Amino acid sequence: MSIMTYLGAIGAAQREALTADERVVLIGEDVEANVYGTTGGTGKSRAAEGDFLQTFGRNRIRNTPISEESIVGAAAGAAMTGLRPIVDLSYSSFLYMAMDQFVNQVAKNRYMFGGQASMPVVFRSAMFYGLNTGAHHSDRPYPMFMNVPGLKIIAPASPSDAKGLLRSAIDSDDPVLSFEACPLWGMKEEVQDDEYFIPLGVGRTLREGSDVTIVAISGGVIEATAAADALAAEGVTAEVFDPRTLVPLDVDGIIKAVEKTGRLVIVDPAHRTCGAAAEVSALVAEHAFSSLKAPIVRLTAPDMQIPFSPALEKQMYPKRDGIAAAVRTMLGLAGAAA
Amino acid sequence: MSNELETKTLLEMQRRMLRIRYFDERASKMLKRGLIPGALHTSIGQEAQVVGACMALGDADYMTGNHRSHGHPIGKGSPLGPLMAELVGKATGICKGKGGSLHLADFSLGSLGESGIVGGNIPIALGAGLSSKVLGNDRVVLSFFGDGAANQGSLYESMNMAGVWKLPVVFLCENNHYALSTPAHTVTSGRIVDRAAGFGIPGVRVENGQNVLAVYEAVRDAVDRARRGEGPTLIEVMTYRFREHSEGLKLGVDYRDADEKEQWLQRDPIAIMREWLIAEGWATADELDALDNEVLDEVEAAYQFADSSPYPDASVAFEDLYTEVAGAGR
Ligand SMILES: Cc1ncc(C[n+]2csc(CCOP(=O)(O)OP(=O)(O)O)c2C)c(N)n1
Ligand SMILES: [Mg+2]
Repeated sequence: MSIMTYLGAIGAAQREALTADERVVLIGEDVEANVYGTTGGTGKSRAAEGDFLQTFGRNRIRNTPISEESIVGAAAGAAMTGLRPIVDLSYSSFLYMAMDQFVNQVAKNRYMFGGQASMPVVFRSAMFYGLNTGAHHSDRPYPMFMNVPGLKIIAPASPSDAKGLLRSAIDSDDPVLSFEACPLWGMKEEVQDDEYFIPLGVGRTLREGSDVTIVAISGGVIEATAAADALAAEGVTAEVFDPRTLVPLDVDGIIKAVEKTGRLVIVDPAHRTCGAAAEVSALVAEHAFSSLKAPIVRLTAPDMQIPFSPALEKQMYPKRDGIAAAVRTMLGLAGAAA
Repeated sequence: MSNELETKTLLEMQRRMLRIRYFDERASKMLKRGLIPGALHTSIGQEAQVVGACMALGDADYMTGNHRSHGHPIGKGSPLGPLMAELVGKATGICKGKGGSLHLADFSLGSLGESGIVGGNIPIALGAGLSSKVLGNDRVVLSFFGDGAANQGSLYESMNMAGVWKLPVVFLCENNHYALSTPAHTVTSGRIVDRAAGFGIPGVRVENGQNVLAVYEAVRDAVDRARRGEGPTLIEVMTYRFREHSEGLKLGVDYRDADEKEQWLQRDPIAIMREWLIAEGWATADELDALDNEVLDEVEAAYQFADSSPYPDASVAFEDLYTEVAGAGR
């Protein structure tokens, strides 16, 4: 075990995969210089030695031009013909440049061609929200991609999940989009140094409780656990469940967690309409309606663009205080209004 | 130059052009009779451009194409039965009935798929070139697209990347002078072939795209160059489609000039090759008539195969999205 940051764990998973399999290549803008901190030796800038370029060579570590459409399509074509590319798209707001490739090629080719193609490729991107980067860099776009059959989606919320899920993603013969939350970049914890694989479609329970269930996604997970800890001090116990991957989604895990308490709060930093929280809510209404003691509550970003000023942006995503307050209101506890 | 080609190769070119012609003619009739659902774009008139290019490839080489889709896999040597069955939507279709006319693919022959999105799969060809280079497996990629697609940004991103990485990709623009009803010159600034220069890669225009040997020679040179590790080439082949953009399409106005059309119809690539084969002593008229009949029989057999095949079970619609059944979801 060693202490790793979220970002360090992503780098470790990539290094493992590149070492384990010659067919794994890494392409993206500025990956050679390790600008985003996941393709280096250690740390965020270019290491004196041991960075990916030095270790794996220019054939497998490739800087690309700023051409997202062709980067994504080329990764798909390479995956269909024997490579296992990892694509670093840097900011998730840039995925839209390649929407045609994601939706019409990456997601459809295997199906359209009757299973002749397989598409072992991972598209990584960072959601730079909460960092005052304004509307063009703050997206949390995973719900759009949940609406595209054929893609798999992971949203790790801790360093150890980041490492284990990314390894499984690279190992998958299907296309996987990894949405990484920048507010978690500096998060540290003990992470296994050995290779390990966390299966896609299996969530995890972070807190056990009997009063309310909080299903939290991506950067919402640390806020949910903090809220649960604050509530515990007041004698309210919350079950906190992180599905970890959005496609496939651990529906059974979510249903079990909700049935345990009969109350559900969903925490999701993405937009509200047709979002991940909406999907979780619908699934619970379909499969666990009879166990519900109260209406489902969704805590999401509003259907609003993200403003630049810190004074404006800070209110846009669900935070621990708001989550705790929502739980108190749901339970009809005194002081809920405060 | 063509003297070095064996008779066999020359006759194989003619055979593949005939396959495309008779396959597409048959498919068109089937569409009219309601036997083929959906949209259908023929390569009739463009057979030389397709076959000349495909014949310059080896069996292991890759190819991608567009909505004008049947000719490409046929040109690469794909058997006709599963292609015809695919058009009809049968279980024995090359894509199990899930692709249809616009999305044929035969991975066993390096045909990585046709695309219904104009310009959408040019980057796929780029990626196949990248894998060839990284894996060092010597394969070349041929990317077919139209004059319409030549105005998509995907082409220029891909030519740039293929150029800078020296990938073994041949970008082949099938300039049939129209994108649906739109004359290329009204939407295209400058010549398509000249755009290669901007990327520092060779651009070659085949003025006589109705001559299969002219196309073959240009593409062969580009393939050789790619295989030597010298990178991509853009080839613009001047040609013409003899029929409507898609079968059954009826537009109130004729956007193509009658004289222009008549002149091009006189330049039938199959007739041109036939005359040449006879004049140069590569084959007799009788031999070529026999070849005609052989191919007609092949198309008939493909039709019978498609016709007698069952439709896929409804459950097939729910297969092949992922390589494995997705996780714990309901
Ligand atoms: C992205 C996209 N835009 C528009 C269309 C509709 N469309 C299909 S074929 C076509 C014309 C394409 O012309 P060209 O690339 O020259 O190929 P051709 O049909 O002449 O072989 C159009 C506009 C499409 N399928 N995809
Ligand atoms: Mg055209």
